[in-house]
Amino acid sequence: MHRIDIRLNQICKVEGGASMDVVVDDGKVKDVKFAIVEYKRFFTEAMKGKNIAAIPAHLSRICGTCSNAHVMAAIEACEDAIGIEPTEQTRILRRLTMHGLVSRDHALHLYLFVMPDLYGKDAFLDFDEDDSEQHQLLHDGFDIKSAGNELSMLVAGRSVHATFPVIGGFLQFPSPEKVREVVGALQAARPAVLRLIEIFRKAPWHLDRQTKFMALVPDDSFGYIGGKIISSIGESYERKDFRSHLEHVALPYSQASAYTYKGESYLVGALARINLAKDKLHPKTRESAAEALKLFPSTDIYHNNLAQAIEILHSFDESIDLLTQNGFKPEPIIKAPMRGAVGMGVIEAPRGTLYHKVVMDDKGIVTDGEVIVPTGQNQVNIERDVGVLVEELVKDPANTKEKINFEIEKLIRAYDPCMSCGAHFLKVNWK
Amino acid sequence: MDSKIKIGWFSFSCCEDNTIVMTEVMNDHWQEWKKLFDFRHARVLKANNVMDEFDIAFIEGALAGPEHVEKAKQIRSLAKKLVAVGSCAVVGLPAGQRNAFTEEQKASIDYLVTRFGALPEVKKVSDVVKVDVEIPGCPMDPKVFLDKVNALVTELRPTITED
Repeated sequence: MHRIDIRLNQICKVEGGASMDVVVDDGKVKDVKFAIVEYKRFFTEAMKGKNIAAIPAHLSRICGTCSNAHVMAAIEACEDAIGIEPTEQTRILRRLTMHGLVSRDHALHLYLFVMPDLYGKDAFLDFDEDDSEQHQLLHDGFDIKSAGNELSMLVAGRSVHATFPVIGGFLQFPSPEKVREVVGALQAARPAVLRLIEIFRKAPWHLDRQTKFMALVPDDSFGYIGGKIISSIGESYERKDFRSHLEHVALPYSQASAYTYKGESYLVGALARINLAKDKLHPKTRESAAEALKLFPSTDIYHNNLAQAIEILHSFDESIDLLTQNGFKPEPIIKAPMRGAVGMGVIEAPRGTLYHKVVMDDKGIVTDGEVIVPTGQNQVNIERDVGVLVEELVKDPANTKEKINFEIEKLIRAYDPCMSCGAHFLKVNWK
Repeated sequence: MDSKIKIGWFSFSCCEDNTIVMTEVMNDHWQEWKKLFDFRHARVLKANNVMDEFDIAFIEGALAGPEHVEKAKQIRSLAKKLVAVGSCAVVGLPAGQRNAFTEEQKASIDYLVTRFGALPEVKKVSDVVKVDVEIPGCPMDPKVFLDKVNALVTELRPTITED
């Protein structure tokens, strides 16, 4: 059999720029290179010399779509360094900030990026309004996105680069009138989320390759802030351990750092979270998504789409509770004296575990920092999965190069990778 | 009936926050956009992208590599109106923050700048091509974006009445 070189220069319907090279020889995949092709913007180097108060807004600019997760991780790292314990109300507002982010970000991925593949369309806007099913999907998609966006604006000020959350608390607080509006929007869009879960429960795509997975799991509920990092082999790690359990892997063809866990690829993101903590989901979510939840734990990467849909439902259900069961009152920002210290922040961003580390001096000036993003952690797993996929596809001579390219892109999209996040680094220890 | 307005949406070195804001603005305007706009090239929205002609081409992000410069020139040559969106496109920051690094910092990143063939200095869009409209902000303000887009639609298709 002949040699096949597959090259995808610009993968579409993902965040940022990525390319994929696959070499197949004699029916066997010999090489897979998933490269993040964004130029580095050196955010960790640019942290140095900045006052710690500027760090959340600075690191937020690593990525637009994940920005509020970067804000949360940076605040947690800075508060850890200074020694600030947030109030209960602040913790609730931060949980709501993450729910707003997860809802709008997952909906963007599932409707605008993935749904066109499922319906044989080039773009979500190409869906036919005169077709009753597609008409419903168009309205569902924008209604869910809008509810998540409204929640973000209510709690965090903006859905991109949030302005209300700061080190020590929040600058503004939700008014009862606005809370009622957003609760109404979440309740109105909830049936659309149930339809979304059904679509991805029935989706015909599958690629199952045994792999490890890992997520930050809060102690008391399903969520994105606090708790321990748990892996699928039953080990757990504290925030203070930072990334000591991960091995850095040099991929000289990619602008991003990659990581392995115990020498092997692993995955992070919605699939890992649902696998590890589905029993902690909101009771209403568990009830409404009971059939879909039977499919987990799963290592079928296409179940990441389903896991995202379930997470939107959980975010809606928990947000409705948090907004209706709490009155929000103005609170002063907690201050603490500066000290020479190292702080860690670990957050579950929509695409997986996000690590921030801040080193500061006794005047509150940052001297060093480090950021590890989910897409960097998934990079090796993506390559392994693409290898399995392509080796299967080339067995059938009827599969054209266009078909193989399409299937590779579809698989990469299932990971919901974010290349903007991937390419911010300074220190890549290539030899 | 007027033909649809051909749109190009391009992202260079940035966090793509303006793309996210655009997709959030779409929540309330997708029905009119479906009728009004033909997205010819918008990598975030579609797979089959065409570089032929644009009534309005939007560029977010700064220009960090030589191919960015060439692509920006190509976009300019194909676009009736070129709009720079967001801080990185309009002023080159924060994507171009390495331009203001100390000599010591520059020395520490030099091997990475060289390894991937990046430009010695990151450029804003107007450093390379003529920009017709600028929408500043990090990210852009949704209302300013809508106002500028509506003004361009009116200029390009005077017979279209905005709702």
